[in-house]
Amino acid sequence: MTKMEFSGPGLSSEQWERINDLAVSLQPAQALWLSGYFAGVGYTARVPGGLDQVALLERGKAEPSLAPAIEVRSLTVLYGTETGNSRGLAKTLAEAAKQHGIVATLSDMADYKTRKLKEEQDVLVITSTHGEGDPPQSAVAFFEFLEGRKAPKLPDLRFAVLALGDSTYEKYCEGGKRIDRRLEELGATRLAPRVDCDVDYEDAAPAWIASVLEKLKPQIGPSAGTAPASVRAASLASTMPPAFDKQNPFPATIIDNIVLTGRGSSKETRHIELSLEGSGLAYEPGDALGIVPRNDPALVDALLEGLSLGVDAPVGVKKQTLTLKEALSSAFEVTALTPRFIDHWADVSGAKELQRLRGPENAAARAAFMRENHVVDVVRQFPVHGIEANTLLRGLRPLQPRLYSISSSLAAVPDEAHLTVGTVRYELDGSPRAGVASSYLADRGEPDSTVPVYIQSNPHFRLPHDDAPILMIGAGTGVAPYRAFVQEREARGARGRAWLVFGERNFRSDFLYQTEWQGFLKDGVLSRMDVAFSRDRTPKAYVQDRLREQGRDVYAWLEEGAHIYVCGDAAHLAPDVHTALADIIAEHGGLDATAAGEYLSALQRDHRYQRDVY
Amino acid sequence: MTATSLTPDRSHDLSQPLDKLGPDETLKANSRQLRGTIADGLFDPITGAVTTADTKLMKFHGIYQQDDRDIRDERRRQKLEAAYAFMARVRLPGGVLSPSQWLKLDELGRAYGGDTLRLTTRQTFQLHRILKTDLRAVIQGLRDVVLDTRAACGDDTRGVMSSINPQLSKIHAEVYALARKASDHAIPKTGAYNEIWYQEEAATPSREPEEPFYGRTYMPRKFKIGFVIPPSNDIDVYAQDLGFIAVVSRGKLKGFNVAIGGGMGRTDQAPETYPRLADVIGFIEVDQLIATIDAVMSVQRDFGDRVNRLHARFKYTIDDKGLDWIKGEIERRLGVALAPAQPFQFTSNGDRLGWVQGDDGRHHYTVFIENGRVINTSTLPLMDGLRAIARIHKGTFRVTPNQSLTIADIAPEDRLQIAKLLDEYGLAGLSDRSGLRLNSMACVALPTCGLAMAESERYLPTLLSRIEPILEAHGLRDEPITIRMTGCPNGCSRPYIAEIALTGRAPGKYNLYFGGGFHGQRLNKMYLENVGEAVILEALEKVIGHYARERKPQEHFGDFAIRAGYVAEVTEGRHFND
Repeated sequence: MTKMEFSGPGLSSEQWERINDLAVSLQPAQALWLSGYFAGVGYTARVPGGLDQVALLERGKAEPSLAPAIEVRSLTVLYGTETGNSRGLAKTLAEAAKQHGIVATLSDMADYKTRKLKEEQDVLVITSTHGEGDPPQSAVAFFEFLEGRKAPKLPDLRFAVLALGDSTYEKYCEGGKRIDRRLEELGATRLAPRVDCDVDYEDAAPAWIASVLEKLKPQIGPSAGTAPASVRAASLASTMPPAFDKQNPFPATIIDNIVLTGRGSSKETRHIELSLEGSGLAYEPGDALGIVPRNDPALVDALLEGLSLGVDAPVGVKKQTLTLKEALSSAFEVTALTPRFIDHWADVSGAKELQRLRGPENAAARAAFMRENHVVDVVRQFPVHGIEANTLLRGLRPLQPRLYSISSSLAAVPDEAHLTVGTVRYELDGSPRAGVASSYLADRGEPDSTVPVYIQSNPHFRLPHDDAPILMIGAGTGVAPYRAFVQEREARGARGRAWLVFGERNFRSDFLYQTEWQGFLKDGVLSRMDVAFSRDRTPKAYVQDRLREQGRDVYAWLEEGAHIYVCGDAAHLAPDVHTALADIIAEHGGLDATAAGEYLSALQRDHRYQRDVY
Repeated sequence: MTATSLTPDRSHDLSQPLDKLGPDETLKANSRQLRGTIADGLFDPITGAVTTADTKLMKFHGIYQQDDRDIRDERRRQKLEAAYAFMARVRLPGGVLSPSQWLKLDELGRAYGGDTLRLTTRQTFQLHRILKTDLRAVIQGLRDVVLDTRAACGDDTRGVMSSINPQLSKIHAEVYALARKASDHAIPKTGAYNEIWYQEEAATPSREPEEPFYGRTYMPRKFKIGFVIPPSNDIDVYAQDLGFIAVVSRGKLKGFNVAIGGGMGRTDQAPETYPRLADVIGFIEVDQLIATIDAVMSVQRDFGDRVNRLHARFKYTIDDKGLDWIKGEIERRLGVALAPAQPFQFTSNGDRLGWVQGDDGRHHYTVFIENGRVINTSTLPLMDGLRAIARIHKGTFRVTPNQSLTIADIAPEDRLQIAKLLDEYGLAGLSDRSGLRLNSMACVALPTCGLAMAESERYLPTLLSRIEPILEAHGLRDEPITIRMTGCPNGCSRPYIAEIALTGRAPGKYNLYFGGGFHGQRLNKMYLENVGEAVILEALEKVIGHYARERKPQEHFGDFAIRAGYVAEVTEGRHFND
């Protein structure tokens, strides 16, 4: 250790001399221990100078100008294992690190929370390879994250890799090679060259461990001069006002777009991850995201073809001039019929059949016609030759944004909003049809493309304080806000109990976010979960049936202050659940129907019974 | 042959406290005699799986948790758990079943098992792809026809095998009855099975131990018993932990030669693991049978390695302690010395396909079922055909140790009717295959088996279609050559005694072995490691061509491969990896 030039904050020359004498005689590990010792002695009580000076001694927070601080970095030993060899070596490594006075966190890639990666400082990786160059099976998700588009830049990370393999395979030690390569790509610094071990790793592995530990010995020197990335991001966000709203939606990049429903499902429910980075948009769990869709180009073409109109015909829309094709794509609803369009087209075409659908006395016939026909069907069935573009547009209503409950929490995934979208697909008149926004996302929402979005606040669907129990009831995509709730509670370390009752059609294919719920249950973030599947071989069941079966507990939770949430279908789910809750309160609270109804009304008034139904 | 140790090393066996043994021993000991939390796990609605501990215990109940590996990655990305389902393996000593049992299995296979049945290399049935919520329905369905899945897996005595040998009707009946008796005697006695699967009330606790033989920790590993009737070695008696070779004199069953210490399983890159063939250690009378089973199993129970499961089969106990010492310990427990082994001779470990007549005048027809897969395809309505036969058949069925099926005990007057159905469903022509294909076996492997590293059942038929032109070109189409494939090194299709064997290493990659004995009398040896199809075919082209040119009269392929120097002869399992 070299003699230090700087005399520290307010030290007398005598103090400084003594420290200096001591410092030059210390081994690095001893110096590290002493720094911890001084940090822990409780100077605030003993030093008349007060907090300001002492704070400077706190580990890892020294100002850059106070040069000779000992840099204490976090160390994570991350392993991917198929047969347990990597785990064994990782344990050995962590143990050896401890001997060197370095505390290491041991993590299996199978359980590693990937969002922690960007906060890591030093990471030592030990991984084996499975089959032909694949990761160990339990580490596949970690590899996908690291090698995927979601991996963060890691300029502050230092790393080293020990690769285990079997040289009889062509892609020998490929798992370790992939991580080594990728960490470098992400900007991390390699502490030591990668070592590839064959099945007899008994010599090579300990040598590697010794060499990396040597590199990791605490260094004396200037500590990092920049604030942690999280601090930088926070201050940046707070200085930028949210400039995007419904009128001026933010073009959010699609990060991921996957089908959640498994093979054989009768549904297509998607999980879509959008990046809000740079938008300044913020939301709370329970809020919705507005999506401004574009119509299906094939449908627009079909419409234009049916009308023999030029695609480039200029039309005025909201003080702008657009081509007709663009207007039909982005400014008007061109899928479902409206009474207004029927009336309009009846006038334009003079078709008797359409005229017969006018007036309140024909409402039922009109509704049936609207169910069975779309705009394009009417235009084809009742052609009008030589129609002006503007005449067509006058019958159409402006394209509306669609709202989706956000299924993520900013606390868990900063700068992202996740959606859970049921793709609407059906057939009419022998041809496939689809929902405007859901098919826009499903069929044209390629990763890296952008979607115009804005935040729609939903103040009547909010988490209570962290200690209050919550009972979340949802079917299908109605589970979306609960994913946000549970993510939020996990990130906040909330201690309140959480009970989720989820319903869908089939266990095997439709258990949305199944593995995430399993993880939340395992970690205790969810205290309880019940499921109801209505199309399995087992007797069909809906969420309200599960509530009734568990009526005693439901009532007990209510009495203990639980907040109830209902999300999903407004026509059936909401009233059925409401009735079930009233019956449960009556039965277990010993109340008559009126009193039970009042009990629920009181809950609603107290914002303890909140619904988001559609 | 092996060194004799007078004071055996007891540091790895039952004499040690649980914390000195492998974790599975504690698991078994604390399972309340195989109950664990299985019953609760069946009700957990959040997962189609059970806990890891329960998956191990369920094996003792004949049930394996598996998942569809074809869609494992896809489902993980969809945030869905793996497509878990269960395989139930029936306990069917000697592979014999009645037509009504066949019809029930067929019904369960169609209702819960993905429209298929699998005949196994140990003469029984496996139903795959059973959902957790359907398991009880399947097990209770089996009970309706007096079948169960007890001890079909787990650290206990697995399904007991017995030669098919329909020509020797009387001897077969006698040996089969003993195989059944052996199975009934040696399976666990715990009430767990009835409580969990039949939902029976637990018996009132008694002072008597629930498992007088097995205790709380059962066997160190699986233990396989088989009975064989020479000259057929269809059950591969040398692959059994405990084999009984019937000794017949003037049409009467005199007793059995006793063979101990066979086993196939090994682990790649772990040279301390190896397949081993059983040693014949003596002869017993029929009435010594049950006592002999108890004596042999108790030696393995007490001395088997309970620290390292890779080294826990009886074969390693024998090689560690010495064959003489083990034999002495068996005799000590039996209370008498074993008589010297009687002479016997094997000719083949294959099946006799097609029609044969037994010595009681009844007829038997063995249908070749490729890799044991009973399923309807567009060209072959196998499942329908066997169902039609089961509806009119008055005799029995016998699952052969080579995964085929014998329609047995057909009265002469019923033969025509069965033959008509065989024709109608296209089952009669199935034996018109190459000698290689008729002597082929593959384990189930992907997509259901959790151990598989490569394809087996789904791939071997295709590979054979590429080998057959080589055989044709060299005039060897009808030459019987044994070929066996497994998806991993554990050896379910008994690959290490085949003349040609392939064990999976990674998708599309196999180890290639030559030199096994045609009637199961010799281990093979690795010729190429971790190679793909092109290399395999190239090697076979070379060796088969050479065999065709230079074989001696009647010389089997495996014998030739050794004489021609392609591989060295393996005389003892311990030298398999040399």
